[in-house]
Amino acid sequence: MPEPFYEPDAAVEAVAAAGAGGATDFAVDGGRTPRKTPEGGPQGTGPVGPDPSAASGERARSLWSDAWRDLRGNPVFIVSGLVIAFLVVISVWPSLIASGNPLQCDLARAQQGSQPGHPFGFNGQGCDVYTRTVYGARTSVTVGVCATLGVALLGSVLGGLAGFFGGAWDALLSRVTDVFFGIPVVLGGLVFLSVVTSTTVWPVIGFIVLLGWPQIARIARGSVITVKQNDYVQAARALGASNARMLLRHVTPNAVAPVIVVATIALGTYISLEATLSYLGVGLKPPTVSWGIDLSAASPYVRNAPHMLLWPAGALAVTVLAFIMLGDAVRDALDPKLR
Amino acid sequence: MAELKKNEAAVDATPNVMPVETVDASTTQEAVAAIEAPVERGEPILQVRNLVKHFPLTQGILFKKQIGAVKAVDGISFDLYQGETLGIVGESGCGKSTVAKLLMTLETATAGEVFFKGQDITKLSGRALKAVRRNIQMVFQDPYTSLNPRMTVGDIIGEPFDIHPEVAPKGDRRRKVQELLDVVGLNPEYINRYPHQFSGGQRQRIGIARGLALQPEIIICDEPVSALDVSVQAQVINLMEKLQDEFNLSYLFIAHDLSIVRHISDRVGVMYLGKMAEIGTDTQIYDHPTHPYTQALLSAVPVPDPEAREGRERIILTGDVPSPANPPSGCRFRTRCWKAQDKCAEEVPLLAVPERFKSSDTPAAHESACHFAEEKDVVHAA
Repeated sequence: MPEPFYEPDAAVEAVAAAGAGGATDFAVDGGRTPRKTPEGGPQGTGPVGPDPSAASGERARSLWSDAWRDLRGNPVFIVSGLVIAFLVVISVWPSLIASGNPLQCDLARAQQGSQPGHPFGFNGQGCDVYTRTVYGARTSVTVGVCATLGVALLGSVLGGLAGFFGGAWDALLSRVTDVFFGIPVVLGGLVFLSVVTSTTVWPVIGFIVLLGWPQIARIARGSVITVKQNDYVQAARALGASNARMLLRHVTPNAVAPVIVVATIALGTYISLEATLSYLGVGLKPPTVSWGIDLSAASPYVRNAPHMLLWPAGALAVTVLAFIMLGDAVRDALDPKLR
Repeated sequence: MAELKKNEAAVDATPNVMPVETVDASTTQEAVAAIEAPVERGEPILQVRNLVKHFPLTQGILFKKQIGAVKAVDGISFDLYQGETLGIVGESGCGKSTVAKLLMTLETATAGEVFFKGQDITKLSGRALKAVRRNIQMVFQDPYTSLNPRMTVGDIIGEPFDIHPEVAPKGDRRRKVQELLDVVGLNPEYINRYPHQFSGGQRQRIGIARGLALQPEIIICDEPVSALDVSVQAQVINLMEKLQDEFNLSYLFIAHDLSIVRHISDRVGVMYLGKMAEIGTDTQIYDHPTHPYTQALLSAVPVPDPEAREGRERIILTGDVPSPANPPSGCRFRTRCWKAQDKCAEEVPLLAVPERFKSSDTPAAHESACHFAEEKDVVHAA
């Protein structure tokens, strides 16, 4: 797609006589190169000369409008977007595709395999795995998405500001992240969540954000420090740009890619972290339905009744994959070089 | 320690520059008015006085302790006249780029003043500083890092108008950007392209167009062609000369390529280790250098004529440039100078017309910071 560009008339001008008292003979072109359309443009042997349709009447384009145009035509974005939309819909209205009750179980049917009306079979308590997988999406997607959003926002804002402004604020933040990195996740979860009595997902999300933000903060800080040293940030400052403008227009679009990558991968980790905490008895408690709880409950029976584990695990894998693909597509769309 | 003291005292070592006519402006309003006022051709527009920039060297992680300073720029004074091109040459690490950053107020000066139309810009802030920035613009060295890869060319060149909306009304900006593209010799239809779709020379033209957008009076060029191919260098230099005539610009042209500096400059200053060694018109510097460092630099210029080349004397300096964190006492150049004597270690030479040339009217009578300044034509000697 990139068209070859040439410096018109470049080869003709040679800087002769670089010495001899420094008398340099520059070509008398006056520096003015005649207007040319790029050779070998999209049409290859197309007409030479300005193309009137591409002329100045065309509306101004920006990074975001170009990125959106690029995303709309990207199959990866469309597929992952549809999967995520589907997940959101069944999280809000699980009864749309599952008519049963996830808490209505019949011990007589425990560990039974697939049968008519119950495509995914039954779990160890005799509950319908299909219904529980559908109903579990709400908790798992809520934990994953909210925790990731919280971590990404808090981490990138704190880390980005520390990287951009530096100084005492940066030193303080770096030491605080060091402290947080020293806390073991499981131990911290046991201590923090055992004192919380609420049975909702929010304490779990809060705990994940509390322990997760330093990771993103470090990445955002490093990325911002790299970007802010570029000449274009200096050029903006030389023009008299405010800090807000430099951060929003120059630093953020160029520093956001690593944050997107790490955050989308972390989303899956957070859903499994919720499962680990639930398994230890400090996360979500039954009767809450979540993939994490079902995964922990099914893991001892994986050899006798693998379907109990495979269906919720498959749902988790598809969810994580959809978010990673979405993150990838967004990151690529924000990089004009890849268009 | 005594050595250090001596060097610090030598900051006020430029007695012969013209006193600056400062404009008294107690309010921001007056300061802005002074900055907007026109300057006659040939009058000084930018006056630098004893400019100093020391970068502190610190130790410790949490409680930082200063253990020294890199003296990147250590007492520099010069004038830039309206409509002229002042070239600054010197080897890598001598403080050229730091001077550019100080003039752009991208770095804060440790000491000294920079007067733009009589206003000390190192002390301005807010609206007055913004007005100065409108009038002093910069072209960067590396066209690959000076353009935001995630902005279209239209956004890059149009950004100055977003920051200074008074320059161009909103509906007019796109047309202005296209005009600027045309002025620098690029196709105005390229407005929606991204920087990576251009070659190095074209990118540098985009950088120049951005610098021109606000119709500044001074453009500081920090090695604007050193990252380009030789053939493209010629195009960009020619373009800059054309724009200077067209828009009545003053250039401060920083480079390490002596031939290009001679081609474009009216006057040339030679820097060594944070100090100005010699300054004068291009003929005075290139044909009648009196400072040994300038002579050594010029003798390294390649000569295209093989016969002349063989007959010419090469001055080969020994040793490396001393560390700017611990510069030599007295004359900075004495550790590599073949003329160095005891006096050079004890006394800092002032940047002034040497005593022996003062009465004469020869081209050698220009400012040179050497105790033993003497003329030596290294370029033509055969």
